[in-house]
Amino acid sequence: MRLQLTEIRIAGFGGQGVILSAIVLGKAASIYQGAFATMTQNFGPEARGGACSAQLVLSDSPVLYPYITQPDILVVMSQEAYARFGPELKDGGIMIVEQDLVRVSDHKQEIQVYSVPATRIAEELGKRMVLNSVMVGFFTAVTLLLDADAVRKAVADSVPPSFRELNLKAFEKGLEYGATALTATPNTADPDLHVEYSRE
Amino acid sequence: MKADPRGVLTGTHFMDGDHACCEGALAAGSRFAAGYPITPSTEIVERFASRVPTVGGTFIQMEDELAASITLQGAVWGGAKAFTVTSGPGFSLMMEHIGYAAMTETPCVFVDVQRGGPSTGLPTLPAQADMMQARWGSHGDYEIIALCPNSPQECFDLTIKAFNLAEEFRVPVMFMMDEVVGHMTEKVVIPAADQIEVVPRRHTRKPVDEYLPYATNGDLVPEMAHAGEGYNFHVTGLTHDEHGYPNMTPQIQDKLVRRLQNKIRDAADRIALFEEEQLEGADVVVVSYGITSRVAQRAIEAARERGLRVGKLRLITAWPFPEKKIRELAANVKAFVVPELNLGQMVREVERAAAGQAKTFAVSHAGGGVHNPEDILKVIVEASRCQAA
Amino acid sequence: MPGSLINDLGNPVEPFLRSDRMPHIWCPGCGIGTTVNSFARALIESKIDLQSLALVSGIGCTGRVAGYVKLDSFHTTHGRAIPFATGLKLANPKLNVVVYSGDGDLSAIGGNHLIHAARRNIDLKVICVNNLIYAMTGGQTAPTTPDHSITSTNPYGVFEPSFNLPHLVEAAGAVYVARWTTFHVRQLSRSISEAFQKKGFSFIEVISPCPTLYQRRNKLGDGLDAMKYYKEKSKVRHGAPTNEVGLTMTGEIVVGKFVDRDRPDYQTMMRTQYTESLGERFVEQPEMVCDCS
Repeated sequence: MRLQLTEIRIAGFGGQGVILSAIVLGKAASIYQGAFATMTQNFGPEARGGACSAQLVLSDSPVLYPYITQPDILVVMSQEAYARFGPELKDGGIMIVEQDLVRVSDHKQEIQVYSVPATRIAEELGKRMVLNSVMVGFFTAVTLLLDADAVRKAVADSVPPSFRELNLKAFEKGLEYGATALTATPNTADPDLHVEYSRE
Repeated sequence: MKADPRGVLTGTHFMDGDHACCEGALAAGSRFAAGYPITPSTEIVERFASRVPTVGGTFIQMEDELAASITLQGAVWGGAKAFTVTSGPGFSLMMEHIGYAAMTETPCVFVDVQRGGPSTGLPTLPAQADMMQARWGSHGDYEIIALCPNSPQECFDLTIKAFNLAEEFRVPVMFMMDEVVGHMTEKVVIPAADQIEVVPRRHTRKPVDEYLPYATNGDLVPEMAHAGEGYNFHVTGLTHDEHGYPNMTPQIQDKLVRRLQNKIRDAADRIALFEEEQLEGADVVVVSYGITSRVAQRAIEAARERGLRVGKLRLITAWPFPEKKIRELAANVKAFVVPELNLGQMVREVERAAAGQAKTFAVSHAGGGVHNPEDILKVIVEASRCQAA
Repeated sequence: MPGSLINDLGNPVEPFLRSDRMPHIWCPGCGIGTTVNSFARALIESKIDLQSLALVSGIGCTGRVAGYVKLDSFHTTHGRAIPFATGLKLANPKLNVVVYSGDGDLSAIGGNHLIHAARRNIDLKVICVNNLIYAMTGGQTAPTTPDHSITSTNPYGVFEPSFNLPHLVEAAGAVYVARWTTFHVRQLSRSISEAFQKKGFSFIEVISPCPTLYQRRNKLGDGLDAMKYYKEKSKVRHGAPTNEVGLTMTGEIVVGKFVDRDRPDYQTMMRTQYTESLGERFVEQPEMVCDCS
């Protein structure tokens, strides 16, 4: 699978597994898919407790510039993250939101929005903690960026062994939910992410 | 000799530079670290503290950096390979002991994950502004070796190199990371232990009555003994003779300090590590190191797309500075462009080595982030338009 | 008995000294040489394995002890003998590590390390020669200089309170604390021998004259006058509460063994903790012997 340079931001609040989500996706790309990934995260007082954000750059050639300049994909898991990072999403980019935690309003950009009740799905599986694996599964399905099997492997070796099965289950749930969302949304076949204007 | 497999976490990892540096130290055979927490370096000792009791060794969190930077040297004389880890403010406190390690020829590694300064500056944000401090920070004349990794993979590979150079030359080696490289997570491949070359201590084989602690052979590096082996040797930071005894005459001072300098200077070509690309026929050579080398690469590629002939020289060893390489290049290029996350440090060395044969352009940045590649590109374009010197 | 050794062998401490480095730099009447003599006698009495013994000094007149003893000896930086010794001891726990330094080195510039090493109970034997002044640099005020003393940096008299070192290190956690003067050479030897039997942070303060800088400036006579003072004003009070043993310029000097208690040393606590939390995953630190292949 060709992987052109893609800039991703994942943001939410502490405890949602924001950083772990980025690690899983980065691992999938760089270890299980033979591409390159560079992950950075916000440090300092802003990283303690409240807001939390990770930046991930994926490419099939070595990543030079370590930061994102303007994300192609934005994953937001809190209203605060949505308000702060929403405006920076690239025209034609993809926004993935935790639908129970983020109320989407108007955007000035032309973007594709995909929503998932990741927390609710995780709770139904018995552990709220695995919401990030739901999110990663959903991400995999709607972005078509990474090979699902590569991400599955990355999930499996990024979580504690005792929670592996549950996380994999959460990943599959997210993946399924994403596949449904994808078919329900027009203009999803374009792998270059330049989707037409759409608003949920 | 090959690495002790107990310390080698063989495999493919997705790991940040700080953690990779710790794994490099363990792979190099370091079983002792003394540290004091300071952002953005702390993750290195946190990982060491968690890992070392499972491989056999010691981590101690000292009361300050003054203590950490000498505790590790005590450990070296007790037989350990040892290191400490810090960032700007702590690095400043360690300066006296870098001089002590240079004077007593204690092989050890000082890791500095550079952040913005001066003073407390920018604890969580990058800079490359300790480069001159690494070279000149302690008082008196001395030489050290400094390495600059630009990725988590290099944080692993070059930490091993740092320990190896420390042992080979009995010198403190500065491992000059920066906040971005330290906190950036990428794929890190750790090879099998039998693929990792580790330089053992230059321990003397002489019997007790023939051993002179600071006598040297042709390569100017004396052989070492450890406490408890019966050698009854003396180590001092005072100017000393071959017995290691204080001897404070201009003659002994001259002999000792010149040897400390020459053991590195004479080997500078052998120590020098750099990465070069398209230097042949280049009009402009971009000289960079650490995280800036990656940002500069974007600018270099953009400049080449515009048809400019741009070469790249990435410094992996910053000290000793590869002045011979720069001097050779200076005869054939119009200009050097030196982007760095400071207001002009290594650029002075480039300018000195170029000695007027080629022009030198700094692309300074006060730190807190990395360069915008556009800013480097602009200077490359300007440099390529200049008249050859 | 050391006395009989003198008759048989000449100077009994000579084998412990680097005679090729004599004469030493200390002034006539200085007490540091006397303490070295007591130290060497303690080595004889305690029959300690000399090969396992390492001595670490900081900077100052007492810091020069490291250069004169025929042992693995380290003359470190100012104030940092204790952290250097900490590294040496932790890397090679078989070593007996002695820190031999002065009051300024150990309690001023090195004061932070002193209290933390005592807190951690690092297995070090600290011999602190307290001459009440910075002598090597010419007689400046130390944290131990008694009130009203004249020094080159308090030419009108010291007005800042001084440290009571036994009290300080006891509070910080030392397991063995004693004080003697250079008049009490045998008692000092015995204390050093006792400290070698302890596992943990031991601290022996030795009050020692500095005729050149402290006594002269304070009109306290020469080395012999100091001995007379120590003889007349010293009071042996073993087990004295250390908060009562502070020093004044001409008053009583309480000497004796003040603290002798047991608590696990740093390395014991470390091993216990790792064993408890890591179980079989804990790997003992192997002897860091050199592989010179």
